[in-house]
Amino acid sequence: MTTLRIEAHPTRSATAASRAALGGLVLRDLTVLKKTFGEFVLRTLIQPFLLCFVFLYVFPKIGQAVGGSGAGAAGFATILVPGVVGISIMFQGVQSIALAMAQEFGFTREIEDRVQAPCPIWLVAVSKVLSGSVQGVIAAAIVFPIAAVVHAAGVTATVNLHWLEIVTLVPLACVAMASLGLVLGTSFEPRNIGLMFGFVVLPITFLGGTYYPWTHLAPVTIGHFHWLQTLVLLNPLIYVNEGMRAAFTDAPHMHLYVIYPVLVGFAALFLSIGLRNFRRRVLS
Amino acid sequence: MADDVIVTEALTKVYPGMDVPAVDHLDLAVRAGEVFGLLGPNGAGKTTTAGILTTRVVPTSGRALVAGIDVVAHPALVKQVSGIVSQQNTLDRQLSVWENLYFHGRLFGMGGRDSRARADELLETFSLSKWAQASVYALSGGMAQRLMVARAIFHRPAVLFLDEPTAGLDPQSRLALWDLLAELNGAGQTVVLTTHYMEEADQLCDRVAIMDHGHVLALDTPDALKRSTGADTILTVKVDRDGEKLATALAGGLGGVVSTRVAGDVVTAQVRGGERLVPRTVEVAEAAGVAVLDLAVAEPSLETVFINLTGKELRE
Repeated sequence: MTTLRIEAHPTRSATAASRAALGGLVLRDLTVLKKTFGEFVLRTLIQPFLLCFVFLYVFPKIGQAVGGSGAGAAGFATILVPGVVGISIMFQGVQSIALAMAQEFGFTREIEDRVQAPCPIWLVAVSKVLSGSVQGVIAAAIVFPIAAVVHAAGVTATVNLHWLEIVTLVPLACVAMASLGLVLGTSFEPRNIGLMFGFVVLPITFLGGTYYPWTHLAPVTIGHFHWLQTLVLLNPLIYVNEGMRAAFTDAPHMHLYVIYPVLVGFAALFLSIGLRNFRRRVLS
Repeated sequence: MADDVIVTEALTKVYPGMDVPAVDHLDLAVRAGEVFGLLGPNGAGKTTTAGILTTRVVPTSGRALVAGIDVVAHPALVKQVSGIVSQQNTLDRQLSVWENLYFHGRLFGMGGRDSRARADELLETFSLSKWAQASVYALSGGMAQRLMVARAIFHRPAVLFLDEPTAGLDPQSRLALWDLLAELNGAGQTVVLTTHYMEEADQLCDRVAIMDHGHVLALDTPDALKRSTGADTILTVKVDRDGEKLATALAGGLGGVVSTRVAGDVVTAQVRGGERLVPRTVEVAEAAGVAVLDLAVAEPSLETVFINLTGKELRE
């Protein structure tokens, strides 16, 4: 070390530096994904595999197939397979963002160096959502074939690919769920992650229309009030799963002109809450 | 002044729900090329000050400029010229040693080729090449700290901030880090560090600001601060009782005593121009009828300065 070359003053505009920083942030996340891809595939596939194995293979084999036997069971498969894709997208948001953030904000404070990147702090959170969304899309791509092949003889989902819906709804769902992950990761202290799973993630998954289409909930009433069908409208996963049904099957689903704007709305809501929380966690 | 890398004007931070400010109307100027130390006990406001300068703490009032840029108005620009080493190991656990440097370069807008070259160069300079592909979990505390310094200066910052850089390091790693920082400074790096170790401030810093309760109590070179005590020798006497009596006797009978202090069974006297201090102290103690258990003389330290300024010890 003889003499150092030192940048005594900023050499780039805030915009140029931010653009480069965003690229660097996403590149870092994708490098980590590449390094741990085997692990990523395993954790992405295990839940869909178990769901399909139990509901579409074991249940029909032991004579308690959901939807009765024959055509009824196949009809349930058609409902379940897109639901499994939807739930995988949601879990990707929770795992790639909420859990990662719990660690990085937690005792290791690994996020520090990225937060010091020469860009606005919110952009660091946006980069997380971007790379989390990419992981969601990859998850959807590898889960769909599994969900479509793991089943007993005859319990086959009737798949019909609607490409326009696939290329628009899958990324949109991924952004919305990644943003949900950002909200969860920035709202819960690392030590309360168990609480997050119990009180947020589980209710969302079980009441998120993975095992049933929203339209079939109508019979659950108190008096004439379709209370469950109304209540679950607050659940963002409903729209993701209904969207997957529209994209991958001809099963009955919510109207697309409800699904699109509501998913966009949820994405915007979660993103704005998540970015605000993120800023609060970083600054004091 | 044009050469000031950091300027603060009446900088104040009151955390929500707190009555007293953590930093209270702070006016500082750090010159280019110096090692500037913020020395003080926990809660003195030094970490908050560093937090404001590194854009992580939003000041309540006042102004702070780094490289002439307002930290509140343009935090992203300030970050371009700041390098930060935090107290904790914040290395990216998902990345290797080399990747921790490489991706830092990418975050700061360096291209792939430049970033690779600089990562190699810094690992070499910091004697970490052997560990390039290792997980950061494999590094010892001292090596992790070195890697964090390498990462912080990767983008050639105008100021390198270090928050309690040697807290939790073993003595050998601490000395190694001091050498490293001295070398960086010798090559022209401006350094701002917070510490509660007086030896660290004394050894490393060109100028030290002694802080307590959000205020700067004194700011000067370590030598000038020590001279300001008016004493050239610190006499420490351990007794089993009658500490106050001995303090009075020393002040009256030893000559050149600037001040005395009794803390438990230890009597401290700051003395100027003391010849044959040890035998004379024993004589004074015997004449006063106080039994001396132990006796030590030392030069004044920044600790002495702190005690004179606050009436308490730095470590309390």
